[in-house]
Amino acid sequence: MKEGSASRAAGFAANGIEVQGLAREFKGGVRAVDGIDLRVSPGEIYGFLGPNGAGKSTTVLMLTTLLPSTAGSARVAGYDVATQGALVRDAIGAALQEAALDPQLTAWEHIRLQGALHGMSKAERTKRGEELIERVGLTEAAGRKVGGYSGGMKRRLDLALALLHGPRLLFLDEPTTGLDIQSRAALWDEVAHLSRDEGVTVFLTTQYLEEADQLADRIGIIDRGKIVAEGTPAKLKAEVGRPTVEVTPADPAERERTAEQLAGFGELVPGTPNGAAVRLADGAEELADIVRAFDNAGVRIANLELHAASLNDVFLAKTGRSLEGAQAEAAAEGDTGEHPVGAGASA
Amino acid sequence: MTQVRELARRSVLRTMRQPAMIVPATLFPLILLAINSAGLDSATELPGFPTDSYLTFALAFAFMQGGVFAVIGTGQNLAEDTQSGFFNRLQLTPIRASALVAGQLAGTLALGTFQATTYITVGLAAGGHVEAGIPGAVVLIALATVITLAFGSIGLIAGMRASSPENVQGLFPVIFVFLFMSSMAMPRNLIENDWFRTIATYNPVSYMIEGLRSLLITGWDAEALALGFGCALAILAVALTVASRSLAERMART
Repeated sequence: MKEGSASRAAGFAANGIEVQGLAREFKGGVRAVDGIDLRVSPGEIYGFLGPNGAGKSTTVLMLTTLLPSTAGSARVAGYDVATQGALVRDAIGAALQEAALDPQLTAWEHIRLQGALHGMSKAERTKRGEELIERVGLTEAAGRKVGGYSGGMKRRLDLALALLHGPRLLFLDEPTTGLDIQSRAALWDEVAHLSRDEGVTVFLTTQYLEEADQLADRIGIIDRGKIVAEGTPAKLKAEVGRPTVEVTPADPAERERTAEQLAGFGELVPGTPNGAAVRLADGAEELADIVRAFDNAGVRIANLELHAASLNDVFLAKTGRSLEGAQAEAAAEGDTGEHPVGAGASA
Repeated sequence: MTQVRELARRSVLRTMRQPAMIVPATLFPLILLAINSAGLDSATELPGFPTDSYLTFALAFAFMQGGVFAVIGTGQNLAEDTQSGFFNRLQLTPIRASALVAGQLAGTLALGTFQATTYITVGLAAGGHVEAGIPGAVVLIALATVITLAFGSIGLIAGMRASSPENVQGLFPVIFVFLFMSSMAMPRNLIENDWFRTIATYNPVSYMIEGLRSLLITGWDAEALALGFGCALAILAVALTVASRSLAERMART
């Protein structure tokens, strides 16, 4: 028993992430990350979900040693990010926001440069480079300048470069933002393969609920610099439990009456601008009663949707806002408080 | 060493694959040379003017303008790397700040050598003259290269402080004014305006131009060459030190 526990601890030290009270305050007192605790197990895909400006990228910059924290501590792959930065960097791979590639270089030239900077021999980087370029489906395009690549191709090359030196942990900061559905699915497959078949621990930030839901073994939801919920997608959804029903009246003027009718079936929650939504008090079996109530009240329904509990409901339950609403708020505020990736270590 | 070599390779490839960086930086000084030597040729009739060919006199300024483009080009490249996140990619590898500085300057060096060779070739083809002969032409290219590196190092400092590549462009007029307030258009002893002559005397650009010009007009002038190389190397040393320190601070990973 003791041996098992020691071996788990050793594995954790080698591939895991442990964060305690980590915080980053920028000039002007903006606390982009406000004392977070988290633990990522070896081989796990950890989804870090939150709206723009929630503190996701700042957390990644701190965990990848590019930005010093102002409080708290973090160990990545068993090394302290504050005092053992070089060892952390050697153990991790990272694809940060926006594929940071030189448009004038080809994929092969990127592989050559990155491999050489990591101290890989020519033979080693050629072998590993060919393997990775093939794996991310860029064999045909690898001799072309990256400036002509699509967003998906750039992201895939970015991933290949992050994996070149064989890292044990991989940080992916919003890897699928701006990608089409096909490219997104291809990247998900690759990330799942890395974790499942190669035991790579993946720390993935995303603002897409679907991505976190499908890909992550566990999810941490961050809002305004604090982790508001953490667990497996199933556990988090189970906590929120009850489904919601959203009704859009045929006549937009009857939105208030729609809300009145729904209020009898549970707690009203934010819905679409033209409709109203309620979290059902007794579960989905009330659906027939709802239809009858609207019929009796003479309110014609244009659309009725039953939603099983989603991560958005979890977000809503924990923050009082929908993830979409939080995104809009962040966009309206303009300044997200997060540190721009390009200016990494200057703050 | 491998780090420096690979970063230098990238820097050279990046520069050579962008005609927009090479063509204006090479052609603009030549156009200005053509205009000046055609329009100001009568200046050679002034008593005490050191040569009867204004083209030969003005050729030295083309090399200095190459230096201005080195500031802008090097600064923009670094600012682009920071803005695009490529700098962060480099920081996640075990790279040293000194390797990054040397690597970034390699493209500047390649472009500077190409420019210097072009200027001297075009200048000679257009009727210019190198009094110090072929060895003098070689020294001329060497001095022009040191000047380009010195200006390129200033560009590195600018690139680190600029929030975008466009901001680096803002330096262009400032540096050009600095260049014009020198013995660029007229030998210092023929500048009649006191304040202009004083500024030109304190401006190290004058000594770099005069070093280049000495090889074209006078032949082997040890004092002019010592002052030219001395000023260029001093600027290079100071700018390189500041750039390396700033870059090391900028790369202050944990």
